Amino acid sequence: MYDTSKTADGATEQMATKFHCADVQVFYGATHAIKDVNVDIQDKTVTAFIGPSGCGKSTFLRCLNRMNDTIDVARVEGTILLDGEDVYDARVDPVQLRAKVGMVFQKPNPFPKSIYENVAYGPKIHGMARTKGDLDELVERALRRAALWDEVKDRLDATGTGLSGGQQQRLCIARAVATEPEVLLMDEPASALDPIATSQIEELIDELRQNYAVVIVTHSMQQAARVSQKTAFFHLGNLVEYDDTSKIFTNPEDPRTESYITGRIG
Amino acid sequence: MSLTLFAVVLLIALASHFMAQRKALAIAGGRAGVLHSRPVFHGLYSLLWVALAGIGALLVSATLGDWLIDRVLMGRIEAARPSMAPLERQLLLSDAKALAEGRMSSRGGVLRDQIAAAYDWMSATRNWVVIALSVGGAAVAARITYGRVSAGWRARNRAERIMLNILLAMATIAILTTVGIVLSLIFETVRFFGMIDWRIDKFILGATWSPLSGVFEGQMDPDKVGALPLFAGTLLITAIAMLVAVPIGLFSAIYLSDFAPKRVRAVAKPLLEILAGVPTVVYGFFAAITLAPALRDFGEMIGVRISSESALAAGLTMGIMIIPFISSLSDDVINAVPQSLRDGSLGVGATEAETMRLVVLPAALPGIVSAAILGVSKAIGETMIVVMAAGQGANLTANPLEATTTVTVQIVALITGDTDAETAAGPAFTLGFTLFVMTLVMNILAQRLVRRFREAYE
Ligand SMILES: Nc1ncnc2c1ncn2[C@@H]1O[C@H](COP(=O)(O)OP(=O)(O)O)[C@@H](O)[C@H]1O
Ligand SMILES: [Mg+2]
Repeated sequence: MYDTSKTADGATEQMATKFHCADVQVFYGATHAIKDVNVDIQDKTVTAFIGPSGCGKSTFLRCLNRMNDTIDVARVEGTILLDGEDVYDARVDPVQLRAKVGMVFQKPNPFPKSIYENVAYGPKIHGMARTKGDLDELVERALRRAALWDEVKDRLDATGTGLSGGQQQRLCIARAVATEPEVLLMDEPASALDPIATSQIEELIDELRQNYAVVIVTHSMQQAARVSQKTAFFHLGNLVEYDDTSKIFTNPEDPRTESYITGRIG
Repeated sequence: MSLTLFAVVLLIALASHFMAQRKALAIAGGRAGVLHSRPVFHGLYSLLWVALAGIGALLVSATLGDWLIDRVLMGRIEAARPSMAPLERQLLLSDAKALAEGRMSSRGGVLRDQIAAAYDWMSATRNWVVIALSVGGAAVAARITYGRVSAGWRARNRAERIMLNILLAMATIAILTTVGIVLSLIFETVRFFGMIDWRIDKFILGATWSPLSGVFEGQMDPDKVGALPLFAGTLLITAIAMLVAVPIGLFSAIYLSDFAPKRVRAVAKPLLEILAGVPTVVYGFFAAITLAPALRDFGEMIGVRISSESALAAGLTMGIMIIPFISSLSDDVINAVPQSLRDGSLGVGATEAETMRLVVLPAALPGIVSAAILGVSKAIGETMIVVMAAGQGANLTANPLEATTTVTVQIVALITGDTDAETAAGPAFTLGFTLFVMTLVMNILAQRLVRRFREAYE
């Protein structure tokens, strides 16, 4: 559907590094969930995290916007730089960080408010709009980016939970992009959706790449191959291999990667 | 006697369950799918019929027997003493029964002894008949249901239909009793309004509550049945209680559900639930003995006169009593708001406080309002605390520092007072009915309100 090899070869090289992660460790109490992960995530690129379930993909993703801070037992060590600045530095407010690093979750989780209120939620909190007109504009732009505007523009007052699953997930994407983030983190964003909604979301992810660095966790290797330019393979908390998607799927270096993509692990 | 018989019937039922099941098992021969219904349902079907037949026969024959004996004996008394008053005859009969059962009777006499002797053999006969009928009925049912066990017999469907009817009967009883209570409330209320010449306006707006003073045959003084002070007192105390309970309860619920460390929650939550189980009498004397004097002394210190029985003391205590209900229920509904909604909010950079205020509380609102309504209903219906802490004087006052009284307290005063129940019932039932209507209307309004503002998550 999408010709990844061409874009990957042409695009990845000149993209700036968005996230620089070095020696990242995550512990849940005594459980060592992420071990010595080193990875550079590039701007304007879709990076896929793949691996068997329980290998720590979500955990690592949640390090990038400090969502792990909300879990009492979680402890993160190592260095994670966003545009050269340490996101775990004491001067960084995780609340501000999360506006810059948006997140979309596995199960669509729109608020039980109107579609408009869902999208306007972040901008209102961060004081991004001074007038109602500004806010309207922000909401429309976000909904357009999430490819949802045409479907909901006549019923912005309807409740967000009344939309179909795929629409709900796009609403959540609109909610995330409304705060003008630089990075979008998506944790299995299509796993609760039907095939048609899934392909809509995948198309959308490909477009979002124009403006954001996108990191997507997926358990579907076909999905990783379709939408990403870079792929990271996790196994038992280790980052086993990280490379261009085309390389990972055609010519992996590590035998574990190969057995996973050929279906022997997982 | 009937308890033993009851147990015997149940034993027969259990035995028939066992027998029918064994027969079904034998037919199945260890293979699945041979029987239409699994063996346990053959057993259940048998058990249900045996129990129904046995207990039904027991109840019907016992009641019928009692009724018959009474009829016959009363007839004999009437024949022997045609001039006796009906009440006297009744007394004579119960004396005779007491005599026959070896208890003390109030008086002796020849006729009494004769009737007692007759009662003796009649009740013995009755007992044997009851035993024969119930055990016989159970046995017949056991025999029939046992005979029906076969591969094609739809025992499950039959048993389920019987169970369904039993459930239906129970539900009907629950509804009918409620309807009965409401009807009797309405009936007594109408009677009372008749006694005050339908001056409902005086009842609702009058300021003097002294319904039993100057009461004469079937007539009450409409000028002395003004219930306004009572309702004012109830509202005042309820308002004070809710002012205490809602903020404290809600904020403690917010803290417990989302901000307290796990260990604090693990201790505090059960503690709150224990607090909710403290009888209100205990709160009542806490209010009367500790809080009210303390309030009075505090008032003296700052130069305000607070009477030793005050709406304030009652309201504060009632508020304390209601806190655990509101906080425990609100904690449950706040907890029930999915974590995914919180994640969604935190994920766009909202703080935990903003998440609570803008996402979690609106989603939990219906439950929180229900908790508050439950609190209000408890406050309106609360009696013990008010009796002890707020006094019984029916003053019309909006001053929380004075003694006041509530609807429930006056109901107690009416029913436990010296006046005969017949006369006191009217005003008491009317007050009760008015309370009932008030709470009902409040519930309906609150539900309307909630439906308008609710943010429903799936
Ligand atoms: N909140 C948590 N508390 C404790 N352990 C957790 C928590 N979340 C995840 N883990 C553990 O961390 C490991 C990685 O989980 P996760 O990142 O969810 O895996 P993935 O997303 O790849 O399926 C698993 O062993 C899981 O049990
Ligand atoms: Mg996961």
